[in-house]
Amino acid sequence: MTLTLVVLIPFIGSLCAAFLPSHARNAAVWLSGMVTLACVTLVVSLFPDVAAGQVVRAQWNWVPALQLVFSLRMDGFAWLFATLVSLIGALVVLYARYYMSPEDPVPRFFSFLLAFMGAMLGIVLSGNLIQLVVFWELTSLTSFMLIAYWYHRAEARRGARMAMTVTVAGGLCLLVGVVMLGEIAGGYDLDTVLAAKGTVTQHPAYPVMLSMILLGALTKSAQFPFHFWLPHAMAAPTPVSAYLHSATMVKAGVFLLARLWPVLHGTDLWFWLVCSAGLSTLLIGGFAAIFQRDLKGVLAYSTISHLGLITLLLGMNSELALVAAVFHMMNHATFKASLFMAAGIVDHETGTRDMKRLSGLAHAMPLTATVALVAAAAMAGVPLLNGFLSKEMFFHETIFAGEGPLIRIVLPAAATLAGMFSVAYSVRFIHQVFYGPLATDLPRKPHEPTRGMLLPSLLLVIACVLVGTLPGRTIGPFLNIAIGAILGDETPDYSLQVWHGFTVPLAMSFLALIGGIIFYVLLYRRSERALGRAPVRAPVDGRRAFDIVMVAIIRMCDRLIRMISSRRLQMQLLLIVFVAFATAFVPLWGYGWPAGDMKLTPINPIFVVLWLVGCACAIGAANQAKFHRLAALIMVGGAGLVTCLTFAWFSAPDLALTQIAVEVVTTVLLLLGLRWMPRRLEFDDPRRRTLRARARRVRDIVLAGTVGAGVAILAFAVLTRPPVEVLEPYFISRSLSEAGGRNVVNVILVDFRGFDTMGEITVIGVVALTVYALLRRFRPAPESRVPPRAQREDAAREALESGEGLPRGYLRIPATVARMLLPMAGLVSIYFLLRGHNAPGGGFVGGLVMATAIIVQYMTSGVLWVESRLRIHPQYWMGAGLMAAGIAGILAWFAARPFLTSLEWDGHLPLVGDVHLSSVLLFDLGVFMVVVGGTVLMLIAIAHQSLRRPRKTLPPDDSVETPVRVTVAEV
Amino acid sequence: MEAIFALAIGVLTGSGVWLLLRPRTFQVIMGLALLSYAVNLFIFGMGRLVTDKPPIINQEGAIDPSLYADPVPQALVLTAIVISFATTALFLVVLLAARGFTGTDHVDGREPDA
Repeated sequence: MTLTLVVLIPFIGSLCAAFLPSHARNAAVWLSGMVTLACVTLVVSLFPDVAAGQVVRAQWNWVPALQLVFSLRMDGFAWLFATLVSLIGALVVLYARYYMSPEDPVPRFFSFLLAFMGAMLGIVLSGNLIQLVVFWELTSLTSFMLIAYWYHRAEARRGARMAMTVTVAGGLCLLVGVVMLGEIAGGYDLDTVLAAKGTVTQHPAYPVMLSMILLGALTKSAQFPFHFWLPHAMAAPTPVSAYLHSATMVKAGVFLLARLWPVLHGTDLWFWLVCSAGLSTLLIGGFAAIFQRDLKGVLAYSTISHLGLITLLLGMNSELALVAAVFHMMNHATFKASLFMAAGIVDHETGTRDMKRLSGLAHAMPLTATVALVAAAAMAGVPLLNGFLSKEMFFHETIFAGEGPLIRIVLPAAATLAGMFSVAYSVRFIHQVFYGPLATDLPRKPHEPTRGMLLPSLLLVIACVLVGTLPGRTIGPFLNIAIGAILGDETPDYSLQVWHGFTVPLAMSFLALIGGIIFYVLLYRRSERALGRAPVRAPVDGRRAFDIVMVAIIRMCDRLIRMISSRRLQMQLLLIVFVAFATAFVPLWGYGWPAGDMKLTPINPIFVVLWLVGCACAIGAANQAKFHRLAALIMVGGAGLVTCLTFAWFSAPDLALTQIAVEVVTTVLLLLGLRWMPRRLEFDDPRRRTLRARARRVRDIVLAGTVGAGVAILAFAVLTRPPVEVLEPYFISRSLSEAGGRNVVNVILVDFRGFDTMGEITVIGVVALTVYALLRRFRPAPESRVPPRAQREDAAREALESGEGLPRGYLRIPATVARMLLPMAGLVSIYFLLRGHNAPGGGFVGGLVMATAIIVQYMTSGVLWVESRLRIHPQYWMGAGLMAAGIAGILAWFAARPFLTSLEWDGHLPLVGDVHLSSVLLFDLGVFMVVVGGTVLMLIAIAHQSLRRPRKTLPPDDSVETPVRVTVAEV
Repeated sequence: MEAIFALAIGVLTGSGVWLLLRPRTFQVIMGLALLSYAVNLFIFGMGRLVTDKPPIINQEGAIDPSLYADPVPQALVLTAIVISFATTALFLVVLLAARGFTGTDHVDGREPDA
């Protein structure tokens, strides 16, 4: 339980912080402080169990079908990392309290910071590899949000994108590698995987799997050649750099390598891949750090270099090197977080991070200078500080890394060189910023920061000194259990002592110290300007390579799209139709004539005539749609009517009802739209007579004919075979007994498959709102702006526009009738709604009838008259309808049943008699209201366009036209 | 009857596909309408053609499924009809908006070069 809370609390805290108002600075800090301290306490409280050698666990089923278990697991190594993450997290929260400016929306910052902390703890404590990758990607995501925290800055956005692309692409590779590893090891559980040590490296897929996992780990830990994202990530606020990009997130890669070290190490491939990446990163990062101008740039490259050192140690295939690696992870986190905080203080108090401008700050802020000096000394590997100890172990390991003269000479030499670089940039960092004459032209007058801001950095530095002087008493026991958790019985003897006597590693240390100082002095003497620009450019500029690759990918996609697709809709549709046809045709080819053996129903001549008309309408519409839109519309309506009769003929009364109602509404809708279409084309357009146009038409006719014939044959083949009776008996036999409804179609819609219907009415609502939104800024084509002649010369028009009383002229009688019909139509629609469960009807039909009645008012009485009297507010109806449907579903929860289970109530009311109520009725009422609201909203939005007036006085690009006022009356 | 039903679906599909491949937006909308009739009839036909057996239960006690038409395709088609209305409305408005913005009713938003 404690373990679960450790991961859960930060996420809960993150959620809470997200809902704080954006100026609630102190509340966010208090919340985050409590959360981080709670995590620290919980983690520390688990120490006795872990120290006793136990593995603390917590598990839930995640996807039982895949044997996926959500599992948390804390052994010594995980404990050490969890402590690091939560402790530094607490310090960073305190630091960020003073660092962030009051103008920044601080709760957002803390929300992401806490989410990151939860994700990082998730990585560290995962007992399942897939789950680990999920948390891994979560850290990439939160890192993206934190780097882009000041998203108004282009560099922040760019850095965030780059970090995201690199680490997420790596994460994807990691997922592949982890899946392979799980398959090889026989399970994704970390214990299963670790138990498979020795066998994994023998597997033929090992090289591929290893490369994939390494791609994930090396991108995350910013190893060469993927290191370039880290310096760009420095656009983040400094607390983020201190926490994510030096102490924790970038350690996730090396953490994973150490975690899987027992299983993966021991091969030549491991040695060469990991060591070469580590060594090159160590040298390149260290060299580049010397020449940075930006204070944080120095620290970023130095972080890259130190991560390279850790990677190199992990690659050496030696248990002692692993000890050194884990030790250095801790040490680096301590001094680098402290240095970042110091850099942030400098930035905060002086207003710049440019090392050319900074100078002599030790006069103005002696305390900060002292803290930074000690931390930088630890980074350089000065004796009596923690960096010295792990670096000493590192030097020791390089001497014994492998056989062969090459490795035995090159590796120690390279290590010493890297040590010199490290000393050089550390000295430069301190010397240029804090010593010399005090800079005078700084944006702000430097002074010591508030105590709260300095405190976290100071605490970390004290830890550096304590570990450096008394390693055995401080870090010793913790390191012991961490190493024991990874290596088990194979834990080597190692000594955490400051003094080992006069040894080769000690000599290398001093060589590096002296060499580094000399190197810096030479550089400084040569030219002050040399610092700030590297004399040798790296052969591969990571950032440029990244840009080139991104551009190449986009170009390739463009080319691919152009190759396999077309920008022309006609060609796309042609391909879609053709592919759909081929997909059905190919597997069926070779079965011969498909007629089945079921007895055919006798042909009824009336049905034949019906469909002769229907087919004539369809073909006529196909022929006329271009030249005579109104005729085409009428003929499509005719085909729809025949379809509707066919439904009625073959025992589908509900379908027939719905179809006829939809038919009316659709036709009215399209009629309203016709007004805004362009002048119709002439039949004898010369373009139609070219050879190409004719060929195109022939091709389309052939395809249309073939597809039509194919569908007809397919339909015939199915219709002449007996049905497979699986679903029908199920629904028929249970409709009455389980759902209490006689109309099975309606019961399926509102009860058995109620969730589908709920989705459907949501779609209707979305479409209606989209229609409304699209028409708000509708700009009619120029020639459509003038009202058509028929409208201008219409005597009845005047009255329609005035919105007063009954229209004059030929519309008077229809309008009178329509007004009288309105309440009747309302009654009929409610009747359909209520009886829907037991007889043809239901919410859809009822809603459409109601909507039609309202539309008829529009047609006969004009827009103004109706809108000034409309009591239906379509948006409210849609909202209320969706809510009714949702409530009907949720009601089931109160009866401890699943969502949308129908509930019934039978009772007796005085005067009314026996009453049968069901939550299904509420649901159907919701459907009814959404359909009424949605349909009316769409039709009104289009009909309202006729009130538009051409605005000749305004420039044509003035798009702020009168918005569609759908309802006016709220009396 | 099955043959006529199948032929009707074929004609509706053919006309619909033909219009779908035409260059003017209104033609495409008409084509989609015809095609949706065809598809609805096709799905409806999956329950086989039976007359005078609406799936409305009119007996008590044990229920004999063979007395009723298959309700499942009917339920599917019912939702399909309503959704196709919604999509038609959306297409119509997109058509009108595109017409206003581009000045043409060609499906690609501009007249062909040829």
